[in-house]
Amino acid sequence: MNAAYVAALQVGAGVVLFCAVMTLWRRGVRTIVSLLGVQGLALGAVALVLGLHERNAALLASGGLVVILKGVVIPGVLLRASRLDPLSRETRPLVNVPASLVAAAVLIVLSYVSSARLTSLAPSVATRLVPLGVATILVGYFMLVTRRRAVSKIVGLILVDNGIALVAYLLTSGVPFVVEMGSSIDVLLVVVVLQFLLLSMRRHSDVDALTERRELHD
Amino acid sequence: MTTTLWSWTTSLLQVVIVGVGSLILIGFMAKVKARAEGRVGSPVTQPLRDVRKLLRKERLHAHHSSLVLPFAPMIITATAVVAVWISPLVGTHPVMVSGADIFVIVYLLLTGSVAAALAGLDAATAFGGMGSSRAMTIGALAEPALLVGVIALAIQSGSSNLAVIVASTLHNSDHAFGPVHLFALGALVIVVIAETGRIPVDNPATHLELTMVHEAMILEYAGPELALVTLGEAMRLGLLFSLVANLFFPWGVATSSSAAALALGVAALVAKLLVLALVVALIEVRSAKLRLFRLPELLAGAFALSVLAIVMGLVTR
Repeated sequence: MNAAYVAALQVGAGVVLFCAVMTLWRRGVRTIVSLLGVQGLALGAVALVLGLHERNAALLASGGLVVILKGVVIPGVLLRASRLDPLSRETRPLVNVPASLVAAAVLIVLSYVSSARLTSLAPSVATRLVPLGVATILVGYFMLVTRRRAVSKIVGLILVDNGIALVAYLLTSGVPFVVEMGSSIDVLLVVVVLQFLLLSMRRHSDVDALTERRELHD
Repeated sequence: MTTTLWSWTTSLLQVVIVGVGSLILIGFMAKVKARAEGRVGSPVTQPLRDVRKLLRKERLHAHHSSLVLPFAPMIITATAVVAVWISPLVGTHPVMVSGADIFVIVYLLLTGSVAAALAGLDAATAFGGMGSSRAMTIGALAEPALLVGVIALAIQSGSSNLAVIVASTLHNSDHAFGPVHLFALGALVIVVIAETGRIPVDNPATHLELTMVHEAMILEYAGPELALVTLGEAMRLGLLFSLVANLFFPWGVATSSSAAALALGVAALVAKLLVLALVVALIEVRSAKLRLFRLPELLAGAFALSVLAIVMGLVTR
């Protein structure tokens, strides 16, 4: 039981960061969105495993919610938004792909170094995985700053949110259920709003690469 | 029985399984692809039959070709056999296992690649040179990622000997499921696909001059020598697949010298190879061949994943 718990927790947290790094590497918008779905499922699995281990019903419920919302609903909404031009790709990110991956390596080192103190406060299986969550947050911010496509930016935002959720689960066995539910719904709301924004932008002109829009420049 | 006898049995079993099995494995992958595409496909044993047919044909050499042409197939096959002989595939104690260092294995495989590239250049045809040039480019990008990916595992287990890495992963499930293994696995799967010339990198079924890489190199071969090249390349594929299987999923490998453990080792190896071949075949069905100029990005991604694995291995040590 204990070995299976450790293994499942490690794989879940590892997959969350792995998907975050893969979104930096792949260019196809559809691929990126499906990676986000896999990440949501892994995050939900982490919550469910923790909930089973600690026999915490609220954590189990929140895990189920995460699986449905972040694993299925949000990627579904984003896929619908990206279906309008299915071949859309992240063609010219501000930082090119190999450099982004090097940056990801630096961010991962940074997160291990910075969360070493957090881990040393209460060393356990779960807290030792906290750097993976912090690294996911940093990679998400990096994606948010360096990618041009609107969909990639939304994905970056959700990466940040997923990273924060992972850190919360691992450190404190999750925030109270109400807060977790509220924040998950908030993210869904943000995604829906951004989707409308995206659609109206495209109706206005057919460019959704944000930096190429002259109106947005000061 | 003595342990020496057991290690000889292990090594012999490995060479037989990888030698015959990898040809069947290629047939199996072709069958999976055919079924997924809605075709019946040729039988699983088709590559074996092809090799047998080629062995009965007469030896033919191109005009102006040198000694490289007949010697290269022997080098390709011999290096693959040696690498399979010493690697921990069925059990962790084959003959000369202390030599199964990751650097030895990688450079044995590299010797085979260089022999194949020289053979492509030897007959001085346009296609052969083009194939050699492309294969060397891909190899130069893939080898570092392979080496760095396995070094990430070596850092965790404290030894670059493959048998020690396999045994340490087996005894330490904390490592087996950790993020280092996850990232290194991602990198090695891409590298293995590139090294064995499967679809996103090279299409083994095509003879279209613009796209072929490996087929262009062996265009000048016929008869028994083509059979030997095919066998050697199949063994490289079998070896790389079984190394990935055993480094990341070591469960079932024989660690003690008993008949039951060896039988379990053989069964586990075959099962792992079949699953891995199924996965690679399904990847092949779903993806199209990449343009040659897009390959560096794919392999740079694999290299970056290995570097990330090393970084995490060093930080968490």
